[in-house]
Amino acid sequence: MDNILPSYLILGAILFCIGLYGALSKKNAVIVLLSIELMLNASNLNFVAFAKYGPNPALSGQIFSLFTITIAAAEAAVGVAILLALFRNKGTSDVVEMDHLKH
Amino acid sequence: MGGLSVMWDNLTAFFSHGPNIVFTVLAVVIISAAVLMINFDKIVHMVLAMALAFIGLGGLYILLAAEFVAIVQILIYGGAMTILMIFGIMMTRHKNQEEEAKRPVHNVLLLIGVVALFGILFYAIQGTAFVTGAPLDPGSDNTAAIGELIFNNHVIPFELVSVLLTVAFIGAIVMAKREEE
Repeated sequence: MDNILPSYLILGAILFCIGLYGALSKKNAVIVLLSIELMLNASNLNFVAFAKYGPNPALSGQIFSLFTITIAAAEAAVGVAILLALFRNKGTSDVVEMDHLKH
Repeated sequence: MGGLSVMWDNLTAFFSHGPNIVFTVLAVVIISAAVLMINFDKIVHMVLAMALAFIGLGGLYILLAAEFVAIVQILIYGGAMTILMIFGIMMTRHKNQEEEAKRPVHNVLLLIGVVALFGILFYAIQGTAFVTGAPLDPGSDNTAAIGELIFNNHVIPFELVSVLLTVAFIGAIVMAKREEE
């Protein structure tokens, strides 16, 4: 039990699955965005865990996770902006009602 | 009962090592916060539970000798992202309760799919023999090392990501701005 890397990977898998469940089952769009952030965080955890315990430990994993955090911040900002625009025009923040492309 | 005693030995070996105890505590905190997020009724409570999960992940990054990433995580996720989501809720909310999902079939199928995905991931992780090198030498100054690496080896991605972030934020402002007509 001297290798703890699988524990980190399994924690990442659990977080990813919880985030996936939240993203696909919740009705409020803000919570869906938040669940997507949880999934991105799970992948970040894997990057940092491999950066320390992987076959080739290096700081590159941490730098990659920094880039991921940046992209996630941009994604959340754009997501909330789209949500605001949609709420102003259609008056809903419920993802079930966001089916304007269907009709 | 040989298997049980082997398991017991493994467990005591696991918990005799200080960082493993911290890992276990933080993992329990993070997973319970995430599960609470799924189960809470009020949306603001969900966001706060998620903030707890993000801060716990920052603790794990410190445990993994990634101090700079940990501080960035706490600043961006624990602070900025949570506040952004709360603003999003404030500006869009008319009911502060997430109404009960009226899609039982959808949710049961989703649960089955997610559990199956986790089973596959678990099986794959358990079945892989990970080659481990020597663990990363954290060095004396993690931030300086990351800065040198970014500005020597990863300059172009760094500049691209800064342009992308600027464009995304300007786009967000333009999209969220009230059009006056």
